[in-house]
Amino acid sequence: MQMVDLAVIGAGPAGMTAATMAAGAGLSVVVLDEQPAPGGQIYRAVASGGTARADILGKDYVEGAVLVQGLLASTARHERGAVVWDIAPLDEGFEITFSQESGPSRVAARRLVLATGALERPIPVPGWTLPGVMTAGAGQILLKASGVVAGSAVLAGSGPLLYLLAIQMSRAGAPPLAIVETQSWRDQLRATPRVLGALRGWRTLFKGFGLLAELRGHAIRRITGARNLAIIGTGRAEGLQFTTKGRTQQISCDTVLLHQGVVPNTQASRALGLEHDWHHGQRAFVPRTDIWGESTHRGIFVIGDGAGIAGAKAAVPAGELAALQIAHQAGALDKATRDKKAGAPRKRLEAERSLRPFLEAAYPVAAQVLAPADTTMVCRCEEVTAGEVRKWAALGCKGPNQTKAFGRVGMGPCQGRYCGLTVTEILARSHDMPHSAVGSYRIRMPLKPVTLGELALLEPTDAAE
Amino acid sequence: MNSAFRDLTPAQQLVPVTLDGDELMLPDGANLAAALLAYGVGVFRGTPVSGAPRAPYCMMGACFDCLIELHGVTRQACMTQVQAGLVITKPKGRDHADG
Amino acid sequence: MQADYAIIGGGVVGLAAGWGLIRRGQKVIVIDGEDGSFRASRGNFGLVWVQSKGLGAPHYARWSQRSARLWHDFAAELGAASNTDLCLEQRGGYDFHLDEASLAAKVRQYEMLREELGGNYPFEVLRSNALRREEPEIGPKVAGAILHHQDGHVNPLRLLRALAADIVARGGHILSGEHVEDVSQPDGFRLTCRSGRVVEAGKIVLSAGLGAMTLGPKLGFKAPVRPQRGQVLITEKLPKMMNRPSGIIRQVDEGGIQIGDSKEEVGLDDRTTIDTTATIAARAVAVMPGLARAQLVRSWGALRVMSPDGLPIYQKSRTMPGAALVTCHSGITLAAAHARLLPAWLEGADDAPDLEKFSEQRFS
Repeated sequence: MQMVDLAVIGAGPAGMTAATMAAGAGLSVVVLDEQPAPGGQIYRAVASGGTARADILGKDYVEGAVLVQGLLASTARHERGAVVWDIAPLDEGFEITFSQESGPSRVAARRLVLATGALERPIPVPGWTLPGVMTAGAGQILLKASGVVAGSAVLAGSGPLLYLLAIQMSRAGAPPLAIVETQSWRDQLRATPRVLGALRGWRTLFKGFGLLAELRGHAIRRITGARNLAIIGTGRAEGLQFTTKGRTQQISCDTVLLHQGVVPNTQASRALGLEHDWHHGQRAFVPRTDIWGESTHRGIFVIGDGAGIAGAKAAVPAGELAALQIAHQAGALDKATRDKKAGAPRKRLEAERSLRPFLEAAYPVAAQVLAPADTTMVCRCEEVTAGEVRKWAALGCKGPNQTKAFGRVGMGPCQGRYCGLTVTEILARSHDMPHSAVGSYRIRMPLKPVTLGELALLEPTDAAE
Repeated sequence: MNSAFRDLTPAQQLVPVTLDGDELMLPDGANLAAALLAYGVGVFRGTPVSGAPRAPYCMMGACFDCLIELHGVTRQACMTQVQAGLVITKPKGRDHADG
Repeated sequence: MQADYAIIGGGVVGLAAGWGLIRRGQKVIVIDGEDGSFRASRGNFGLVWVQSKGLGAPHYARWSQRSARLWHDFAAELGAASNTDLCLEQRGGYDFHLDEASLAAKVRQYEMLREELGGNYPFEVLRSNALRREEPEIGPKVAGAILHHQDGHVNPLRLLRALAADIVARGGHILSGEHVEDVSQPDGFRLTCRSGRVVEAGKIVLSAGLGAMTLGPKLGFKAPVRPQRGQVLITEKLPKMMNRPSGIIRQVDEGGIQIGDSKEEVGLDDRTTIDTTATIAARAVAVMPGLARAQLVRSWGALRVMSPDGLPIYQKSRTMPGAALVTCHSGITLAAAHARLLPAWLEGADDAPDLEKFSEQRFS
């Protein structure tokens, strides 16, 4: 098996940047990404959408094409449609197993960059499993990758993505019927003291203000301080129900696009046993990394939103910093040059990160999402309710692995991606324990399902009959 | 079929696939989940736990709710590209009659 | 906290014994470990299994058979009490063989054991056509199977949950996230946990699985157990494709196909490896070719709790009277015996089973 200097998992802004720069420093690099083209979710299909779509999605999106071109022009080998499902530490380096349409392959690398990005936070509200309910991110991916837009949609939840998506849908000629937001003016007021800190990220902050101005131009109905969100409908979504100012309302629609911010996708970093810390502001676990992005396991770097949510503009400098350190460790860059080159990206990274405390306070996670009602389903795959998890907590389950054993919560094909944080929140509340002590699911290989036939192809030859 | 979604770029090369035995035309190379939604497929499967209807939720390969069968193998529709001749089956899920 | 019995270890062995003691009117506290502890009870294969057990040790075969016989009533009682369907099926189980030689060798061993057991060992050999009538998905590479009529399977996680729920419902206590650091016997037993919690009990049962390696000697046991890793795969939920379980492949009640037949001596390492999971997958596909198209959704490594001869250990402490060691690697098969028969032995009652052959004496 060939051994490359660096394997990068994920071709979003962080992964593309790290791979391109490391390749530029003379390292042999392979990039493994699930999608048919580089870009990640933020710049999904950026190189193939055409100008009409670019007009809808806007300038920030189109900028991603530069990163894609950089990667494709570099010496880094880009594996398309490559689903990574096993990563094993070797005596030196790592062995990564992935599947493409042609079947499974393995590659060994001296160092590893996990740039696996973010997932939408789980949003366990009544009816969130009904057909017609999607994440806001999904609504945006449909636009980016497929030029498909929901015709009669309500956006619900909290966070700037809702505004951006509403604008993009409006530009596409299909404005949402309403934006129903869970944060209140009190949250926004509480966030104001943090504006000063956020000013270091003024470029992004000002873009946000511009977003709000354009949104007003589209005259979309906005409701804030909404509580008790529930999707109504039998067999599929027929509308959104919510309470404001003590009054329950309903809006009929075909599609509900939910959002409560995004959280790091830690499946790979968990499976590798890296140390994680509870991030109270993000209400999520984040892998512990140093200033270069190196994790608690030597040779494994975690960068981009997967290392803590900071957005695409922060992912690029994070990718640069990781590439500098990796090139230095590989002997391709001396310490002085590394440190000199690190100054600028470090400043940009800090500026982008300085925005987050403001956003976290202004758009907090809705209370009903952190502590779902007993009858609300928390595990979509195994169809387990919050009440059942609480029942097992009362039986003494203090950790998510025990509730998993007791009631299958987290055992389905999504492997806990859309219930893990909810279960941690429920157990932390049930036992009045810190989230870090409750912990999270033990993630096992395969990171994504693989057929037994494919796995069997990797049987060691000396064991074959 | 009536779709809850609009296709902004309908003038694409269409190729034939079958869905539960019926032939339909989908845009060549398109994301299969998006193409089925735009075509008007509102429910992709019934769950194996309760038979409840499901459709795409995350569109990025993480939630596993858009599972369909392609030539007899369970696949994520949102991670699949349309090509001519795909044989697509909607998983029926648990039959309530079986309890 | 005080109780008649403190059970150290809240896996299926400790819970079954604790549940049985509560049924006999004892006050029980179960002290259970952390969320991330090694837990065979969460990683096992769910078989209630008789065949292949006790080759060369008929007393173990008898003990397994006795438990298997008790399982039906035990599951009915526990299931009703906890409102849980344990999904117990005891309609026989298979041992698949890919070649004639290994099949013939196994049959010879079973015939010998059958003789030692006075004929109570109901098995038959199914060859291609007969086997495929029973199990149409079995592929042409399988030369034949031994069908043993005393075998079966259960949902082991529901068993765990049902035992815990009914122990609590009957007034027992389960303390989780606790780690017993020290045991003294000033009068009764005094157990000090790492958290500072103290539990006092007249008697104790050490059923801590691999935890017995460190705690056992403090209580006067040899506790010669070691970890043996098994790797297990489970597929997506599939329509019914198997009528009976085998020792290496079974379809669980939820629909997933569970596969595993590895035995590795790797110490306290419960990770999975591609070499082993791929070998397991290849063998499963050889037995049931249709499985090649099934999606593997999870795999895990679990550590069996193995004694030197693979048999259970039931031992009462000589240096600390009132302490008993209970350990085995077949906690599911033996759960019924542990719930129904072991309490009498722990109590020293007249109706206690004779477990002398399972004492630690055999290792001296």
